[in-house]
Amino acid sequence: MSAWLWIIATLLAVAALGWVFRAGGRWVTGNAPRFRDMSYGEAFGFALAAAALAGGTWLYLQPGAVFFRWAVQGFVIFAVAAYLFRELGRLIGTEGTRKLFRQMPLTAAFGILVILVYSFVAIFAGQISLRTVIIVAVVGMILTEIVRRNTGDAAATGFGGLVFAVNLVFVVMYLVGPIAPHGQEQVFELANVVAGGDPALGGNPDFPLGTDQIGRDILSRLIFGAQNTVGIAFVTTLLAFFLGGTLGLLAATLGGWLDQLLSRGVDVLMAIPSLIFALLLMTIAAVWAPQTGIPLTYFMIVIIAVIDSTRVFRLARAVGINIVVMDYIEAAKLRGEGLGYLVFREILPNATAPLLAEFGLRFCFVFLTIAALSFLGVGIQPPLADWGTMVRDLAAFINYAQFAPMAAVTPLLAAGAIALLTVGVNFVVDWMLQKSSGLKE
Amino acid sequence: MRIILQRLGLGLITLLVVSIVIFVAVNMLPGDFAQVILGQGATEEASAAIRESLELDKSLTARYFSWLGKLLTLDLGTSFAQLNFASNMGGAGTVTVAEQIAPRLGNTLFLAGVTAAIAVPVSVMLGVLAALYRNTPFDRAVNIFSLTSISSPEFFLAYVLILLLAVLNPILQPLSNINSDMSFGEKLEKTLLPALTLTLVVMAHMMRMTRAAIINLLASPYIEMARLKGMSPMRVIVRHALPNALAPIINVIALNLAYLITGVVVVEVVFVYPGIGQLFVDSVKIRDIPVVQACCLIFAAAYILLNLTADILSILSNPRLRHPK
Repeated sequence: MSAWLWIIATLLAVAALGWVFRAGGRWVTGNAPRFRDMSYGEAFGFALAAAALAGGTWLYLQPGAVFFRWAVQGFVIFAVAAYLFRELGRLIGTEGTRKLFRQMPLTAAFGILVILVYSFVAIFAGQISLRTVIIVAVVGMILTEIVRRNTGDAAATGFGGLVFAVNLVFVVMYLVGPIAPHGQEQVFELANVVAGGDPALGGNPDFPLGTDQIGRDILSRLIFGAQNTVGIAFVTTLLAFFLGGTLGLLAATLGGWLDQLLSRGVDVLMAIPSLIFALLLMTIAAVWAPQTGIPLTYFMIVIIAVIDSTRVFRLARAVGINIVVMDYIEAAKLRGEGLGYLVFREILPNATAPLLAEFGLRFCFVFLTIAALSFLGVGIQPPLADWGTMVRDLAAFINYAQFAPMAAVTPLLAAGAIALLTVGVNFVVDWMLQKSSGLKE
Repeated sequence: MRIILQRLGLGLITLLVVSIVIFVAVNMLPGDFAQVILGQGATEEASAAIRESLELDKSLTARYFSWLGKLLTLDLGTSFAQLNFASNMGGAGTVTVAEQIAPRLGNTLFLAGVTAAIAVPVSVMLGVLAALYRNTPFDRAVNIFSLTSISSPEFFLAYVLILLLAVLNPILQPLSNINSDMSFGEKLEKTLLPALTLTLVVMAHMMRMTRAAIINLLASPYIEMARLKGMSPMRVIVRHALPNALAPIINVIALNLAYLITGVVVVEVVFVYPGIGQLFVDSVKIRDIPVVQACCLIFAAAYILLNLTADILSILSNPRLRHPK
C-alpha cells in the first residue's frame, strides 16, 4: 500500500512542479510567448522529464542498482554504436547509399546495425571451411559480372566494392577462427559453473557466462543460438514466402475457381490462431517424426512456413490484383507471353516493395513463433543450441538476482537477444514503410 | 439487420469448417490411438476396449458427426492420461475433459478480464495523449516504447517484470498459483503480474491505432472549425475527434483481445498460472489428443467470436454500414 502512496505523492509533486515551472517562467521572462502560450500538459511533461532524469541519476548512483546501471549502459552503448554506424555510412559507400544514410533516423540505423551484427555472428559462430570461402568468392564474382552487364559501370563498381569487402571478412574470419570459444554440444566436466568468471564465487574464467546443468558453455551456446534460431527462422520465412508469394500471385493472375479455392482455404486456416494451430500440428508431428525418422525440427519448419504463408498469400494476392489490371500486363498477354513470364518478369518486380516490407515483418513473427514454441519445449530440439530453450532452462536463475546478478542475467540475455533482433527489424521496416508511403504526419 | 445476421451465419460456418480441420488434422495421426494411450506393453483386451470406446471401428465421417454431436452437449470425452490411469487402476475415478477444462477456462477468463480492465483505458488514454502531443519527444518516446514491447517475445517481458517487481523489489507475486478457495483480492494480487505482462503486449498496438485513428481525422473541416472557435486542443480531440474515431478503436480493441488468446499460452506457462493455456501446452507435450483437440477448438472459437464481435461492432458504429444503400 505504501508503494501506491509514494507513487501518488510523487505525481502530485511533479504536477505542482509543472505549475511552478510555468508560472516561474512567465514571471522571470516577463510573460514571453514561449511561456505565455504553454499549455499545462506541456509544462507537466517538462516537469515529468526532469523528475525522471533526476530519479534515474539518483538510482544510477545507488550501489544496489546493478541491473539499472547495466540497462542504462547498454542503452547508451547501443545509441552511440548506432550513431557511429550512421556517421560511417555517410562517409563510405556510393553516392546512393550515402544519401540513404543521411536521411536515416537513428532507430533505423540501429536496426541495420543489429541485423548486420547478427548475420556476422550467425555465419562465423563456428569455424568456416575453406570451401565456403571459395564458394563465396566465386558467387561474388559471378554476381558482379551480372551486375556489370545489366547496369552501368558506377553501380558495378559499388557492388564490386561490397563483394570485395564481404570476401575480405570471410578470409579474415577463416584465419581468425570461430567466434564461439567452445562447441555448442561440447560437454565439460564442470557443470553449473556460476557466471562472472570469479573463482571465489564458484566461477571459472574459461566460462565467462558459466556452464549449464550438464556442463555446456553458456556463452558458446548463446553465440551458436544466433546460427540456429535466426537461421531456422530465416529459412522458414523464405519457404513461407516462396509458397504464399507464388500461390498469391498465381491466384491474382489466373483468377476464377483457383483463386476462389485458395482464398477460401486460406480464410479457414487464418481463422485458427497461429500459435495454437502450430502447437496442434506439432503434437501430431511429434507422433509422426519418430516413425519417419525425419527430425522434428524439419516438421516445425514446414508447419510454420505453411501457417505463415497464408498471411503472405493474402498480401501477395491483394498486391497482385492491383497490378494485373495494368496496361502493360494486357500488352504482355497480347504478345502471347507465358504464365511464368507474366508472374516473374512483369508482376513480381512491381510487387517487390510491399513484399520486402512484409518479409521483414513476417520474419519477426516467424522468429517469435519459433522462439515461443522452443520456450514451450516443442520447437527446436536439443542438442542444437537455441535461445527459446535456453530461456526456459535458465529461467530459475532469475531468483538469485540479489546475490548473483551475473547469473540472473543469463536467461535475460537469451531472451533479450531475441527481442533485440525483432526490435531492430521492426525499426527498419517502420522506416522503410514511412519512406515508401511518403507519410510525414 | 440483415448484414449482421449474414456475419453471424458466416461466423458459424467458419466455426464448423474449423472444427472439421481440427478433427481431420488429429485423425491424420498414424498408428493406433490405443497404443498411444497405453504404451507398447498394452494387452489386447485393453486395446480393444479403448478402440471401442473411441469408436475407432467406424468411418471418419461417422466419427466426425458423433464427435460434433457430443460437442454440442459439452461432452468432450476423456483425456488419454485419465484413460490410461483408469485402465491401470480398474476404471474408477476418471475426470472428463469438460470437467478438467471448466475451472481453468474460468481462470483464463479472469486473467483476460483483468488484463483488459488495465490495458483498454490506459492505452486509449496514452493514444489520445500521443495524438495531442504528436511529433514531440513524448510522442517519440511512446512510439519507441510501444514498438519495442510489440516486438519483444512475451516471455522476455514476463521475466523482466519478474526481475523488477518480484525479485529485486518484492511488490508482486512471481508465481500465480491461484485456486478456487482464495478470496477475490488474493486472486487479483497473484494475477497482477501476468496481467501486466499481457497488458504490455497488447497495449502497444491499441495505443498506436488510437493515435493513428485520431490523427487521421485531424485534417477534417469540422476539426478545423472547432479549432477556429478557440477550443483547447485537448477538448477538440476528446469532444470532436475521439467519438468519430471510435469505430476503428473498438475494432482494434476486439482484435487485440483476440490476440490475448495466443499470448495467454506463453504467459500462463511462465507464471505457472492454472489456466487453459497451460493445460493445452502440458497436453501437447504428453500428446493427450482429446484435451488438445478440445483446447484448440475453444481457442479457435474464442478467436472467431471476438473477430466477429469486432466486425459487428464496426458495422453498428458506422451509420453508412448500418443502412447500406
